[in-house]
Amino acid sequence: MSDDGLRAAVAAGVLASEEAHRALLQATVEVARGIFAAKASTIFLYDETTDELVFEAVSGEGAEELLGHRIPSSTGIAGWTLVTRQPLVLEDVTQDPRWGGQEISERTGYVPKGLMSVPLLHGEEPVGVLQVLDRPREARFSLHEMDLLGLFGNQAAIALDLLVKARRAKAVLDDAGSDSAVLARVAENLEKLDGKRRVAGVELLRSLEALFKS
Amino acid sequence: MAEPASERLLPAWSLPAGTAESVALPTQWPGRVTRDWAWGGSTGKGIRVCILDSGIERDHPLVGDLAGSVAVEVGPDDEVSVVDDTEGDLCGHGTACAGIVRSLAPDCELFSVRVLGAGFTGSGQALLGGLRWAVEQGFQVINMSLSTTKSQFAGLLHEVADRAYFRRTVLVASAHNMPVESYPWRFSSVISVGSHEEPEADTFYYNPSPPVEFFARGVDVEVAWLGRTQARSTGNSFATPHMSGICALILGKHPDLTPFQLKSALYLTASNVEGGK
Repeated sequence: MSDDGLRAAVAAGVLASEEAHRALLQATVEVARGIFAAKASTIFLYDETTDELVFEAVSGEGAEELLGHRIPSSTGIAGWTLVTRQPLVLEDVTQDPRWGGQEISERTGYVPKGLMSVPLLHGEEPVGVLQVLDRPREARFSLHEMDLLGLFGNQAAIALDLLVKARRAKAVLDDAGSDSAVLARVAENLEKLDGKRRVAGVELLRSLEALFKS
Repeated sequence: MAEPASERLLPAWSLPAGTAESVALPTQWPGRVTRDWAWGGSTGKGIRVCILDSGIERDHPLVGDLAGSVAVEVGPDDEVSVVDDTEGDLCGHGTACAGIVRSLAPDCELFSVRVLGAGFTGSGQALLGGLRWAVEQGFQVINMSLSTTKSQFAGLLHEVADRAYFRRTVLVASAHNMPVESYPWRFSSVISVGSHEEPEADTFYYNPSPPVEFFARGVDVEVAWLGRTQARSTGNSFATPHMSGICALILGKHPDLTPFQLKSALYLTASNVEGGK
């Protein structure tokens, strides 16, 4: 296992939780929806193991039905956004079951008339897509909103990347037989100690460290 | 398909004494280049424009006839193959781009190369393979409203972009309006396009602060969409086909222009430059 993986595993064991990251993502879509006065907002996570996009956080119309739903990674507007790394805005789309919002409308019966879609990039890797659906129709779009969407996408990408890292770390922890998992569990348990037991624990680990160095 | 430009005009590697006649230019430029000189009366006839995107819907009234459509497929070992496309457009974006080019250059030939659909995993290979294929076909204009952030493809894309430049194929590529490194729009051998907010389709600006070189209409654009419908759209990916359409117009009137000369003509006729006013 790489150093990065081990650090991630330990960090997740002592600091993070799936629930906290989920809450962060949910807050992100709620804020995105609020900023643009939209009817709904969604964060898709790119799952590289299956090459699919997963509805990871949803606010507004269809939230219950969509969470966890998966779509192929290169179809629809979300797929186009992921593959091309280009943000786009569509409005006043004539109602038609085949348009790019089909991933949502097929499951919920909610057919958006427009959406904003922005790739979530962490370094050179897209980690997902943020979509904001159905802004007020009278609100004309400008490059200012486009910039705002891009900036907001950066923040969402960081949140999504944290979730992905935490899940990888959790997978390491869940693999109880691995060498790294032993270390991660020790770190996790140490964090729970206090007082003399903690001092003694740290002392013991220092001794072990010296032993392994020699 | 017409023969590629490179077979009509072989590269010259040097200019021996007394052979200046061999580099005489077929197009005489006026003292003041105007839009009328550049594309007045042109409809883009005779120019083959490739839309490298999500596919193009057939029989859309705003797109009209397609000269052809292929899809790029990526195999399990990253091998790329180009096959006839029967899927049409997988999301609507390619149809939108095709409609914009058609609105500016009504008589150009439109050809679809679909690089979407191979999954995200194969998307870099599909983009590269599709671009290579399109350059080999000798299209005069290739519209690329897409990019990749994967640095492993940067060198390969750069090579193809240069190859296109020397073969008289103009690559028109969407710039990124997010703070990320992406390709191929950052290469100087392509025409990179960002958005302005004005409503005129033929208004475009030269940007003296590159890497984005031109700004074209990209906000609240009426576009063709799936199911023979229309939508209003915003993004650099819609500004790009505006420049592709204008390139088709210029090349329709001056088919011998090299990408360098074409870019010069675009500069001289930009809305913030004398010839474009």
